[in-house]
Amino acid sequence: MSSTSVTASLTGAQARLTTVEARLFLREPSGAFFAVLFPAVLLTVLGLVMPWADVPFDDQDPILSQINGITGYAPTVLALAVATVGLSSYPQTVAGYRGRGVLKRLSTTPVPPSRILVAQVLVNLAALLVAAVLMYVLGVTVVDVAAPAEPLVLLLAFLLTVLATFAVGSVIAALAPNAPAATAWGMTVYFVSLFFAGVWLPLPLMPDAIQTIAGWTPLGAGSEALAAAWYGQPFPTGSLLVLAAWTAVGVPVAARFFRWS
Amino acid sequence: MPVIQVENLHKRYGGTVAVDDVSLEVHRGEIFGVLGRNGAGKTTTVEIVGGLREADSGTVRVLGLDPVRDRSRLREVVGLQLQESQLQPKLVVREALDLYASFYPDPADPTQLLDELGLTDRAGARFEQLSGGQKQRLSVALALVGNPQVAILDELTTGLDPHARRDTWEVVERIRDRGVTIVLVTHFMEEAERLCDRIALIDAGRVVATGTPAELVARATAEQVLRFRPSAPVPVGLLEHLARVTHSDDGTIEARGRDNVVQDVLVALAQHGIRPENLRLEQSSLEDAFVALTTSVEV
Repeated sequence: MSSTSVTASLTGAQARLTTVEARLFLREPSGAFFAVLFPAVLLTVLGLVMPWADVPFDDQDPILSQINGITGYAPTVLALAVATVGLSSYPQTVAGYRGRGVLKRLSTTPVPPSRILVAQVLVNLAALLVAAVLMYVLGVTVVDVAAPAEPLVLLLAFLLTVLATFAVGSVIAALAPNAPAATAWGMTVYFVSLFFAGVWLPLPLMPDAIQTIAGWTPLGAGSEALAAAWYGQPFPTGSLLVLAAWTAVGVPVAARFFRWS
Repeated sequence: MPVIQVENLHKRYGGTVAVDDVSLEVHRGEIFGVLGRNGAGKTTTVEIVGGLREADSGTVRVLGLDPVRDRSRLREVVGLQLQESQLQPKLVVREALDLYASFYPDPADPTQLLDELGLTDRAGARFEQLSGGQKQRLSVALALVGNPQVAILDELTTGLDPHARRDTWEVVERIRDRGVTIVLVTHFMEEAERLCDRIALIDAGRVVATGTPAELVARATAEQVLRFRPSAPVPVGLLEHLARVTHSDDGTIEARGRDNVVQDVLVALAQHGIRPENLRLEQSSLEDAFVALTTSVEV
């Protein structure tokens, strides 16, 4: 067989694998709900019921006094959306596939098992993009979330948050000895990350020490960078570097320790 | 030329020797059994043959291919059904077959394969909804969907009820009838005896015997045992020169011997007008041969 037809059949196999994994993703209704719909629901409901939603985010701050409370919370919800796929859905699925022998079975076919990891990343990214767009559209149209001040910086911050979070998720998938462990580790990292991202208490209201620690965690740094871009604060160099560092460390560690069976 | 040729295979995991020294040949079109206890090195051997693991030493050729160097070509011509390998719980049977078919240059027709494996009426079911036997048959179907020349089936019927096991055996015979060479890994004697043309008996990482099931039985002590209750007293000395005879308190006689002992004893009884009542006959099975060939204790 010529190399072009091998490449063509591998591309076809990748497309088919991705389609099948997307269908499987949608067949887990609770998983699909939390990944795709929950961020939009959370932002909209809070925007409708919370008294702080339409008052200035922080009267004392020259920039934060210009945005309402729900706009102040929007970057945090976006970080939550990233964490839901990157730290929960993706590592649990991959570790589950290894535990069930799906990866090993794939390695008996002409298609390398890495293709199903690519498919999983693509499916989770697609879910995240839909979640982010839904959240943004509903936020802007229903609860008066202001458009981001620096859209391009926001895009960069989002990209790096995604990379860092998936890198950490990959490390969990690689190091967890089995699927229940991946779930336990993933959920622990997920909830700790949500805390540092300011989901339960906005970062500016936290003690300085906690804020400092948060700035070194992937989701905390992500949340800060997204917030800076959304609010129009100075360019978040430090946070973006932290995100880049998590990616640079996480990806090789995951690749080094990942087991196929 | 043999389809599979394995010479002096050796593989260790850390300090543990999984495969010590295995050599075997599998011929085209046969069902070749790799038989042995759990932990004897069967799975490691076939996973090396299938290119999933690398041997520490020894040579392996499958259809002339080196499983390490020619891994990608091997994948297209060898189907592997792995022990305890599951699918995604919500994957639909038909979807799984179509997906795996798309991985191969010249796949089998999924519809026909489903029919041959008796899964047609489960084509729309999710993996998690299948019974143990159906999961195994789907697993076999996935190993065959690439139209392989060689199929390696590892512990195919472990955990299945007797009925499902028999159904699966019929499936294996049908696959052989399609011209596929089959390597069947098992620790069930009955399965090996029923299905295999030839068997390699593996113990502690070594091949202790190779041959047809009948040859292996003959190689071990092929003793036959008759037990019966005579309808009349048996004259002393009548049977003693034909077999080793023991009398039980309840009047049952046990006669043990080789070769034509069964016919000789029955003829001698008939000549004296004695009927052997409650006659039971025990012949050495592959199981006896297995025990004889894999234990170091004298039998």
